[in-house]
Amino acid sequence: MPIDAAQAMAQEIPPLTVAVERGRLAFFAKATGQDDPIYSDVAAAKAAGHPDLPVPPTFFFSLELEQSDPFAWITSLGVDLRTILHGEQSFTYHAMAYAGDELVLQPRIVDVTSKKGGALELVTKKTTITRGDDLIAEARTVLIAQNKGVS
Amino acid sequence: MTALTNVEVGTELPPLVLEPITRTTLALFAGASGDHNPIHIDLDVARSAGLDDVFAHGMLSMAYLARLVTNWVPQERIRSLKTRFVAITPVNAKPTCTGKVVAVDGDEATVELAVTLQDGTTTLTGEAVVALV
Repeated sequence: MPIDAAQAMAQEIPPLTVAVERGRLAFFAKATGQDDPIYSDVAAAKAAGHPDLPVPPTFFFSLELEQSDPFAWITSLGVDLRTILHGEQSFTYHAMAYAGDELVLQPRIVDVTSKKGGALELVTKKTTITRGDDLIAEARTVLIAQNKGVS
Repeated sequence: MTALTNVEVGTELPPLVLEPITRTTLALFAGASGDHNPIHIDLDVARSAGLDDVFAHGMLSMAYLARLVTNWVPQERIRSLKTRFVAITPVNAKPTCTGKVVAVDGDEATVELAVTLQDGTTTLTGEAVVALV
């Protein structure tokens, strides 16, 4: 079923407020083989001049998944999660974030493009990440929905 | 903080050679990253979608690329990080991350990034912009 681009881009996705947890950052470091101790050991982070464990560069993507149904924004468009591929991901950084921070993430679907006669649909989402009035980072995600019935 | 010296077009970052990605790696990354999409961890779901097996999260490889860059410069110097996911990473694949400086503009360098498997398949391409001072 084709995605209704106008409806997708008009969708108001509620902002998400997330408390960054030390334990999760340490687990993420373990799961990604990160052996630099500033990402898992608070004493090492402080010795390197950080106030706490830093949020690593790609973890902002994970913060947005900290909700009961993190893929609702795409499945609500009629997309089967099993057919999705991650096409592109980018981050622009403005300031560091740390364990203990409360961050607000505001996503918005900014583009829906159909390719190969509707066999592929590219959905682009942009998310701003702020701490109080400070812009911390911006994230851009392109997901590719594969409509296997279309050739 | 110290400045990076002798960075010029063609400078290569020390490669990051990873261990093979096991099913355990994928289970841990699903939990730690919060990406619980079953296509990466549940063989039954992968087969129901017509696949032979689960495959690795693209964001796992992007996290490895971020490690490549933070091994080279402190994270606060990274201005941007971009990737395209160009091929699926199968279970037991052994990725290597590489980076090469392709532009130096004032105090910023642009680094071209790639993740390549042992069979030569490139799975991710990308770019980082980092501050040199």
